[in-house]
Amino acid sequence: MTEPDRTPHEVEGLLRELAPQVLGALVRRHGQFEGCEDAVQEAVLAASVQWPAEGVPDSPRGWLVAVAQRRLIDQMRSEHARRERETAHATEIVPEDVPDTDDTLVLLFLCCHPTLTAASQTALTLRAVGGLTTAEIARAFLVPEATMAARISRAKQRIRAAGSRFELPEGAEREERLRVVLHVLYLIFNEGYTASSGDELDRADLAREAIRLVRMVHAQLPEDGEVAGLLALMLLTHARRDARTTAGGDLVPLDEQDRGKWDRALIDEGTALVKGALADTTLGPYQLQAAIAATHADAAKADETNWRQVHALYLILERIAPNPMVTLNRAIALAEIDGPAAGLAVLADLDGDERMSGHHRLLSVRAHLLEKTGETDAAYEHYRAAAKATASLAEQRYLESRAARLKR
Amino acid sequence: MKFLISMHINPAVLDALTDEEKEAIGSGHGRFIEDLRASGEMINTQALVDPSQAAVVKVRGGQTVVTDGPFLEAKEFLGGFYLVDVEDRDRALELAAQIPDAAIEGLGVEVRQVMFYDGQLEA
Repeated sequence: MTEPDRTPHEVEGLLRELAPQVLGALVRRHGQFEGCEDAVQEAVLAASVQWPAEGVPDSPRGWLVAVAQRRLIDQMRSEHARRERETAHATEIVPEDVPDTDDTLVLLFLCCHPTLTAASQTALTLRAVGGLTTAEIARAFLVPEATMAARISRAKQRIRAAGSRFELPEGAEREERLRVVLHVLYLIFNEGYTASSGDELDRADLAREAIRLVRMVHAQLPEDGEVAGLLALMLLTHARRDARTTAGGDLVPLDEQDRGKWDRALIDEGTALVKGALADTTLGPYQLQAAIAATHADAAKADETNWRQVHALYLILERIAPNPMVTLNRAIALAEIDGPAAGLAVLADLDGDERMSGHHRLLSVRAHLLEKTGETDAAYEHYRAAAKATASLAEQRYLESRAARLKR
Repeated sequence: MKFLISMHINPAVLDALTDEEKEAIGSGHGRFIEDLRASGEMINTQALVDPSQAAVVKVRGGQTVVTDGPFLEAKEFLGGFYLVDVEDRDRALELAAQIPDAAIEGLGVEVRQVMFYDGQLEA
């Protein structure tokens, strides 16, 4: 044993990095993703207890492979895994030929299998690729551990039933499946960035974890513009983390945020990434969203925002990936250039859209633009209606306060 | 997304059911719970005692007054709930339809999303 002075936090980082490599090595040797994944989870749990106390072994990866392998064989032999004994002897096991391939991508494709629900994809990705424990994932999503364990085990059964192979998909299928992977990583980030009650630290961890995973994908696929775009989008969004809520937890809209609190290093990295991607690769929705975020980040003050550029980017986004939410955002940008009436005219086009009927975002944007045109009563009614329609307590509080401001 | 699926019961309707029908409701809930647990969508479920056992607490002028019986003079009462974490609203509605109460005249199953704390203001 060497380096006995690693903190539990450092050990955790090391384990998260190694987990997918160990899992990949095991699946390559033994097949059966399901059993291997359980075995690696147990090995990671054992290491998280043992390493901070006794030191990190010379070959951490070899140790994990050896322990996980023992667990797997144990699982295969009997239902009663002889856990303690295996762990105690694991350090004496000389690891066999551990294949030196990085299977992170293959694992990601597997965990984001199209037959799974988004909730299952995110959970399985965090465990098998992210190296998080079931308890950590459950805490982050605010559900009981038993719920998360069942979800993960059901997801693995489905992958097996789908007859998935442990290899990278080819050609058009690969492209399609990569979009699913990126969407899952985006959902993990969003969960950490926007959602839900509970421990704030856990939530921020999820955003950081998503960034770490996209970095891994970007390292393997540096030529893919959408991977770079997604990473840039996450960095640029994460940069505003400290400015987007007050000390009391109230949300602060973009135009009222203290831009001095934005993380310049993240902004610089994100901006460089998206510029490079836009120049050298095929255009895609993540790059465009990142470019919009970079445009906002470029303005030292809210009223220095280059709204023409923001609007132009939304127009292109609307064309290549039509979505009522994009149209809604374009309306905001247009209102900044040509006035609130122009924005309201764009919103009128969304009225027939079933997906937006009664949606709190449509109501709140309309309220905002009506307020700017001076139609106070109508604005008030729309803020109140939006407050009723949202499922977010923080948004509700914000919308109620906007409404109250109009009646003063 | 988290949803509360609540069962609104009518004691008069329940009393009028045959033993077989009551038994079918019980075993239907049993199967439903089993499936929900296996799918990883169950957060919690509880059943409540009969509304006749409820108490209403009021504080008036610093005095606590406790009266027996339910808060509302109604025919239907909250009988129990499932708290679930599901993919979307459609899945919550689909689950609600599997609850035995949903198929019985005079009983109601209601689906409402649980609010979350944070949110997003910017584009």
